[in-house]
Parts: sequence; C-alpha cells; structure tokens
Amino acid sequence: MTTYVARRLALAVVVVAGVVLLTFVIAHAVPGNPAASWAGPHASPAQVAAASKYLGLDRPLPVQITRYFAGIFTGNWGVSIHTHQSVLSNIATAAPASLELVIAALIIALAVGVPAGLASARRPGRPADQAIRAGSILGVSMPIFWMALILQLVFAQRLHVLPVAGEYSPNLLFTNPLTKVTGFPVLDALFTGNWPMLGSTLTHLILPAVVVAAYPAGLISRMVRAQILDTVGETHVQMARALGLPERDVFGRYLMKLAWSPVSAAIALVFGYSLVNTFLVESIFDWPGLGSYAVASIGTLDTPAILGVTLFVAIAYVIANLIVDIVQAVIDPRIRLR
Amino acid sequence: MIEVPEAPAPAPSPAPVAAQRTRGWLRSNPLLAVGGAMSALIVIVAVLAPLIAPDPGDAGSATHPFDVLKPPSAQHWFGTDQVGRDILSRVIYGARISPLVALFVLLIACAIGIPLGIAAGYFGGWLDDVIMRLTDIVLAFPALLLALALAALLPPSMTSLTIAISATWWPWYVRLIRGQAASVAGRPYIESCRALGISRRRIIFRHILPNAITPLIVQVSLDVGGVILTASALSFLGLGAQDPTPDWGLMVSEGQTYFTTDWWVVTFPGLAILITAFAFNLLGDGLRDLLDPRRVILR
Repeated sequence: MTTYVARRLALAVVVVAGVVLLTFVIAHAVPGNPAASWAGPHASPAQVAAASKYLGLDRPLPVQITRYFAGIFTGNWGVSIHTHQSVLSNIATAAPASLELVIAALIIALAVGVPAGLASARRPGRPADQAIRAGSILGVSMPIFWMALILQLVFAQRLHVLPVAGEYSPNLLFTNPLTKVTGFPVLDALFTGNWPMLGSTLTHLILPAVVVAAYPAGLISRMVRAQILDTVGETHVQMARALGLPERDVFGRYLMKLAWSPVSAAIALVFGYSLVNTFLVESIFDWPGLGSYAVASIGTLDTPAILGVTLFVAIAYVIANLIVDIVQAVIDPRIRLR
Repeated sequence: MIEVPEAPAPAPSPAPVAAQRTRGWLRSNPLLAVGGAMSALIVIVAVLAPLIAPDPGDAGSATHPFDVLKPPSAQHWFGTDQVGRDILSRVIYGARISPLVALFVLLIACAIGIPLGIAAGYFGGWLDDVIMRLTDIVLAFPALLLALALAALLPPSMTSLTIAISATWWPWYVRLIRGQAASVAGRPYIESCRALGISRRRIIFRHILPNAITPLIVQVSLDVGGVILTASALSFLGLGAQDPTPDWGLMVSEGQTYFTTDWWVVTFPGLAILITAFAFNLLGDGLRDLLDPRRVILR
C-alpha cells in the first residue's frame, strides 16, 4: 500500500512539474514585455529596466525557470503584473469561492446522476432509458456560459425567484456581517450560526452550481449506466437475484458497489474540468473566484497570474486524482497490484 | 399439364438484408437515428448556407442602423442584433465556423496521434515510455485550461483557436491508437507476417491501422461535440473569432450586453451550439453502441 501511494505521488510530482514547464515555455514564447506593462504606460526606459530586474525577467530563461520552481515551494509564485500583489495571495483569496462552487456542483451532479443512471440501467432500451440517455447527452452538450445567461434571465430577471449575481446579498454585511473562519462563505455562515447569511449564500449558490453541474451530472449518469450494464450479468448478481433479494437491493447494493470505483475516478476528472468551467460562469454571476481572476489575467496578459492559476488548477487536479487513486485502492484491493 | 419445376426461391440479395438490419438497428437505437439525421442536417445547412440564409450579406460586416435589436418577426425570424444584422442568417452561416474548427482540430489530432500511437504501441520500449509520459502530462491539464492559456497567449484568431485546441486534443488519439496497436502487435498473425519478411510499412498499413479504424471513427464522432463546445467557449471569452465572423460563441458574447432587454440576441446562437453539440454527441454515442460488440452482447 505504501509503495503504491509513493509511486502515485512521484508520478503526480512529475506531472505538475511538466505542466509548469510547459506553461512557462509557452508564456515566454509570447511577444510582449511584461516589465513594460508592470511599470505602466508612461514609465521611462530606466524604470522599465528596474521593473525587469525586480520581476527577474533580466535573467536567462533556465535561471527564471529554476527560480520559479524554487518559489513554488517557498510560497513565492511571482507578482501579478496587473494587481502588483503576490499571485499566491490573490489565488488564496479567490480559490475558496471557486472550490465552494465546484463542490456544490459535484454534490448536485451526484444527487442527479447516480439515480438517473440506475433508473436508466434498470430497463435498457425502454423509453425511460432513452429519455434519460438523451437528457444526459444534453447535459454534456451544454454550452454552460449560455445556460448561465438563460437561467439568470429566467429565474432572476423575469421570475425574481433567485438572486441575479454575487456570493451573498451585500446588504446583509451591515446587519449580519460574515466572520471569516474558513474563507468559504457557506461554511463560515454555518459555523458562526449566521442564519440570514447562510440563507443568502445558499440561494446565491443555486444558479451557478446548477450550471456547473450540467456536465458532471450527464457524465456520471452515463458512467453509472454503462458500468451497471457491464456487470449485470455476473454471477454474484445472479446469486443475489436467485436468493430473492429485491431488485432495489440488487441495484443499490451489489451493482452500485462496483460502479463506485469508475464513478469516483470520473469525479476526480470532472473536478478539474469543472474548476476550469467556472471560468466561463463566474464572470456572468459576478462570482469572486479563480475564474474571474483568470479571465481578468488573460484580458491583461498577466503572465505570472496565468501561470499561477494554471499551477493551482494542475495541483488541485493532481491531488483530486491522487485522493481517488488511494480511495480506490482502499475500496478495491485488486487495484494495488497493478 | 406439365409441371414446371418450381424456380428456386431467389436468394435474398445482400442489399435489402443490410437495409433491413440497419432499419432494425435504428428502431432499437432511436437516439442514433435522431443524432445522425440532425448531424446530416447541420452539415447540409453549412454547405447550402448562401442559398438558405435570408440575408447572406449579414453574415459579414453589414450594418442596418434602422433595424437595430428588432425582436423576432416574420421578416427576421430570430430578430436582429446590435448593428441590425439578421440573426437567422448569422446563425446559419455559423454552421460553417465551429464545425469546421472541429474538423481541422480532429484532423490535426489524428495526424499527430496516429503516428505517435503506432510508434508507442508497435515498437514499444523506451519510445513508448517517453511518448506516454508526455501524453500523461498534457492530459493532466484540463483541456480547456491549456487551450485557454495557449489561446490567451496567441493573437486571437480562428487559426490560434484551432492550434490551441489541437494542442490539447492529440494525446487522446495517441492513447487510443497505442492501445489498438499494442494489442494487435503481439498476435500470432503479425508474428507470421514478420516471419514472411513482409515490410514493416506494409504490416503497419495493412494489418495494424485497419484494426484501429473503428474505434477511431467512434472517437472522432464523439469528439466533434466537445471541440465545438471548447471552441465556442474560447470565442465567448474573446479568444477566437473576431467581430464580423458569425461565430456562435462570439455572438453569445456580443449579445450579453443587450441580453436582459433583448433576449433573442443570445438565445438563438447559444441554442445552435447546444443543438450541434447534442447532435454529434448522440451520433457518437449511438455509433459506439453500434460498433462496440461487447455492448451488443449485453443487450
């Protein structure tokens, strides 16, 4: 078990290093002078040169890369050209909002996708199955930036049942200010017993989370269906049926047990995917997360910030995969032997 | 009366049988039929755009200051946009943009993926290790992020968009082809080909590649929808097509400003993205069911 984890960990480090190297090389192949944009439009050549020195851009590329790698571990992820702040502190401020959104979306996706997949696999080929399959394909075909706009128009602007944008109602900051404990507004409101704020954060979360959930929900329902149809003929299932167990138990306990392993792998995959998908949704819902930060950095060609966000997402993605690998190995001992 | 010997029943010609079998499949697989029909319709619309579009000129930089943001009507079925162009015409011409990007991206992905996959799967050894670790690294990125980073750093255009998406898409094809090649390379008939002194080139083209064609077709049809979604997402962020191009993602992005009052500006181009991605995903999913023999047995 320990060797298995160590091996996965080593691979994860190689992958993150590769990702950073790749982004670094791409970022530096681009024409443009970050030092000049950092110094401002009216800076003198001497000031630009000083800025270049301050940002470390005067060194040869291999030295810059080495310094960047060293900085990753010491918490120095560079300085944003746009905000002039440390990229790591910008990311630390923005990340909780995005993570909250993605986790809420994945909970919705599981709550919808697993029952849908089970219902679909119950009678393959029947109208209910066809409808659920069409629905899940519709979910993975959704241009989510468009879905965000449509839901916002219908539920917030026309029906007025949900808030338009933001993480919570700003007026509440005067009556029930949010105490920062974890940085995740929903959790902070919950832990401090701030009920009006909790209600506000949850209603604000619904629309963006549903939008981000569209793709994972479709994917999970397809995976559950495929996995169950693959194992439905196996002997242990026939055994369970022969013992006269109700179909509900056969599906819920015996078949789903085998489906959890690929489904959890899929969750790790869509975690990273959804984290990037928030980039498209956050600006629409005015959500103060990584996506808004990334889109702003792309707009201003803020290379250290783009690098930082890429690094963060890659690390989050690799950690999610690692956790799933370990959880799978714990659930299913066969995997450890591979 | 002389009995005429009964003519032997005419052997069923293969064509009707095949047609019947196809019809049977479509009946048990209606999603494939719907997806195929929709995809075909989209391709026809794209090809015949100049004949179908009511105002072909509006696909470009035409301006009609007196028709700005008109709601859908008999004259403009989908309404008009912020400079008075007919949205229906632009949506129809849009069928020529993102599906074409998807075509180029998948061609590039195959052009990179097939040779690398064969090299890794057929020859194996250190080459296999190097190629597969490289694809692992690229695949560790969520595709949209790498495309986003690349597209952000290249000057915004359809070419940059195509390059950026291709750069994220090829590793899937390396994996696919490698798996197929590796599974065939060890079989006895390949061994005997080698023993017969058949050239490596001929083994690859006559025996390895044909085995990979079916999964390749399925993968390509499954990926069209994904590439279209990625391309329109990048265009939505302003990293792809630029103004007069009637790209759907760009139209959604441009219509955002007027959306709360003029819903049609965003609704129809976005619906076009959804329907196109849905059509190709249905087609790909149905083809996979049809061509994957394991699934057939289970049915």
